[in-house]
Amino acid sequence: MQTDIIISGFGGQGVLFAGQLLSYAAMDEGKNVTWIPSYGPEMRGGTANCTVVVSDEEIGSPMVRFPDAVIVMNLPSLDKYESLVKPGGLLVINTSIIDRKATRTDIRVVEVPANEIAEEIGDRRLTNMVLLGCLVSNLPILPLAAISKALKEHLPARHQKLIPANMQAIEKGASFQAAPVR
Amino acid sequence: MNTLEQDLEKLVYERPDTLVETTTHYCPGCTHGVAHRLIAEVIEEMGLRDRTIGVASVGCSVFAYNYFDFDFVQAPHGRAPAMATGVKRTLPDRVVLTYQGDGDLASIGMGEIVHAAARGENITVVFLNNANYGMTGGQMAPTTLPGQKTSTSPSGRDVETAGFPIRASEMLSTLDGSSYVVRRSLHDPKSIRLAKKALRTAFEVQIRGLGFSMVELLSICPTNWGMTPVDSLHWLESNMLPYYPVGDYKINPIVAEIKI
Amino acid sequence: MARELLKGNVAIAEAAIRAGLTSYFGYPITPQTELLEYLSARMPEEGRAFVQAESELGAINMVYGAACTGARVMTSSSSPGISLMLEGLSYIAGTEVPMVLVDVMRGGPGLGNIAPAQSDYNQIVHGGGHGDYHVIALAPANVQEAIDMTVLAFDLAEKYRSIAVVLIDGSLGQMMEPAELPPFKPLATQFPEWAVRGAEGGRERRFLSSIYLSPPEEEKANLRMLRRWKDVEANEIRYKEYFMEDAKYVVTGFGSSGRVALSAVRAARAEGIPVGLLRPITVSPFPYKVYEELSKKVDGMLVVEMNTGQMLEDVLKAAQGRTPVEFYGRVGGIVPLPDEILTEIHRLVEEKPAVGGHPRDRWMDRMIKMN
Repeated sequence: MQTDIIISGFGGQGVLFAGQLLSYAAMDEGKNVTWIPSYGPEMRGGTANCTVVVSDEEIGSPMVRFPDAVIVMNLPSLDKYESLVKPGGLLVINTSIIDRKATRTDIRVVEVPANEIAEEIGDRRLTNMVLLGCLVSNLPILPLAAISKALKEHLPARHQKLIPANMQAIEKGASFQAAPVR
Repeated sequence: MNTLEQDLEKLVYERPDTLVETTTHYCPGCTHGVAHRLIAEVIEEMGLRDRTIGVASVGCSVFAYNYFDFDFVQAPHGRAPAMATGVKRTLPDRVVLTYQGDGDLASIGMGEIVHAAARGENITVVFLNNANYGMTGGQMAPTTLPGQKTSTSPSGRDVETAGFPIRASEMLSTLDGSSYVVRRSLHDPKSIRLAKKALRTAFEVQIRGLGFSMVELLSICPTNWGMTPVDSLHWLESNMLPYYPVGDYKINPIVAEIKI
Repeated sequence: MARELLKGNVAIAEAAIRAGLTSYFGYPITPQTELLEYLSARMPEEGRAFVQAESELGAINMVYGAACTGARVMTSSSSPGISLMLEGLSYIAGTEVPMVLVDVMRGGPGLGNIAPAQSDYNQIVHGGGHGDYHVIALAPANVQEAIDMTVLAFDLAEKYRSIAVVLIDGSLGQMMEPAELPPFKPLATQFPEWAVRGAEGGRERRFLSSIYLSPPEEEKANLRMLRRWKDVEANEIRYKEYFMEDAKYVVTGFGSSGRVALSAVRAARAEGIPVGLLRPITVSPFPYKVYEELSKKVDGMLVVEMNTGQMLEDVLKAAQGRTPVEFYGRVGGIVPLPDEILTEIHRLVEEKPAVGGHPRDRWMDRMIKMN
């Protein structure tokens, strides 16, 4: 089985890190995985996205036009990717800063006020973890525990103290379940 | 051989072993031969033959590797300081020298020489300045004097269109990475003795790990200048010396303490 | 060794260190810069030589000098930087000293852009610098292969006194994938009989140069290099095949193009189309024979590249009109996606193109209509 995932938002929202954490978790679970970034020429603040492909077999293209699942962290990302999600696929929307609804009815949509949740936990920079938790819990590719294991395994020692807050964000995000396809 | 002959024959001058016994391709009267000999003598006197690597350049000195009896590599035009950097960084305990002309060092290779000096690259550069491109037949070089006639400045170098000569030693001496930068001349025996001393100092600088060293040697090019060797020596003295004064342009304080 | 999640550029750099890289010289250029940055920290850590050169000209000539000592040396750059290095590469080839070059290709010509491309195929495979010379060019398609090909590049360069190039595009340089690094190889303590390292123990002097002033001597040197190249051609061809056993159609592309094509081929197979994938790993020497044999068996080939059809010419040369060949390229920094290639596979199967004409012309017509 192969799952193609895109995570997209503004630079600085932790888009690339969320994708990397997902990749570490997939690797540790014995999967094949690719992570490939794509970002504007700006060093900060531009649009950023990354594509993560998780597969049981050798991965062909690390880039996809029609992803199985997408996290959109801002409005330009929703505008760009909503139409590209495969029918039956998953769309995770950060409603904190996106003020329009998804229009597709042939995909599973889940709305998460990720910024507010992150702020409640105590750090706005956890927004990406909230959304990642939601994505993983709505896909059959990895157990949620694989993400927390990856945090412990691969986060540098100086950041280990941030793990409990990250876990809280991931679990909170995971509690949001997508409505089935209408 | 009888006793009388032995008394009469006293060897006062011989070829250093580090110079290969062969005829060079240099024109009669050319000072490249003098420069080669000085380098060979210094390397021999310092016992460096077994650990010296030379980097030849492009120009008349392209065949330098044929004349020195130690290891050599041959650089593309202007790139000798970069190539020497590669050798020296890989083999830091070897003595690495480049032998470059003025077209090679001050024109096409200006980037490489400036940055080798700026890095304080621990190599020794021997820079022959004869105010023209010798190998290709006497074209204008970055060191050609204002008004000097060459095959590409037939009416004399016009500074309005061809700009001004570059004083490489003065320029490189401004860089903090350079440790020993001096100019000497090869136009008379006294100057030649001073040139040899400078070469000796330059190698001492490298052996002590003090950084970039360069000896610029004012040289003649009788063939392309269209003069006899003797006239050429006079021309150097009266025309080049005023524009390119001999002198010590950069002496790192530690270098000043080296006694030769 | 365990699998690690590694970025292509970093994986190549670390693999080079483990393969015994003694000296590295480089200059910043996107999308290769991580290699330079990584080695600026790691080489001193290992007590090895690292210099950030003043330019690509400086870097390649530092490599030239270091290569003459017989040590394992490397530089890396991206397309415009490689153009600047061509002078040095020709000299290094002419001097017959080994070195490894990493080219992380980007869009061009000129300044182009920093997005991934494969437009250096001709520059690397068919020359670049002046004179008759060949380089070994390895085109990995994933991070593990990039590691393995880097190690192999050092071995082949040494074995054949040749330049070995690891040819990737910016997307492989920037992507992360789990891969296993090789064990550390000890640095060499023995050096070849040609190495210039100072005439220790009073041995005879050596000198290395690419100059042969006498034409018969130069001819001899050229023939010696060519003979060595014939050995490379005979022994070092590498490629990878997918779904080829019963394939009636073949898609082919190197590096990332080949990798993207694998997804399209799988999708086509799922539809029941008997198509396979041939991904050359050595693009120089090019596996002409493999393509020649294929051209006798299959009903059509599709060449996919991130350029306007550079490897295409080599495929055409091998196929010699025995089977229809079609081309699909994206250029300027655009990576073709699997769905585009799948469309091209459909076209190849359904339209059964003629053998005549040039595939590039047909592709051009389609591109013009599309734009």
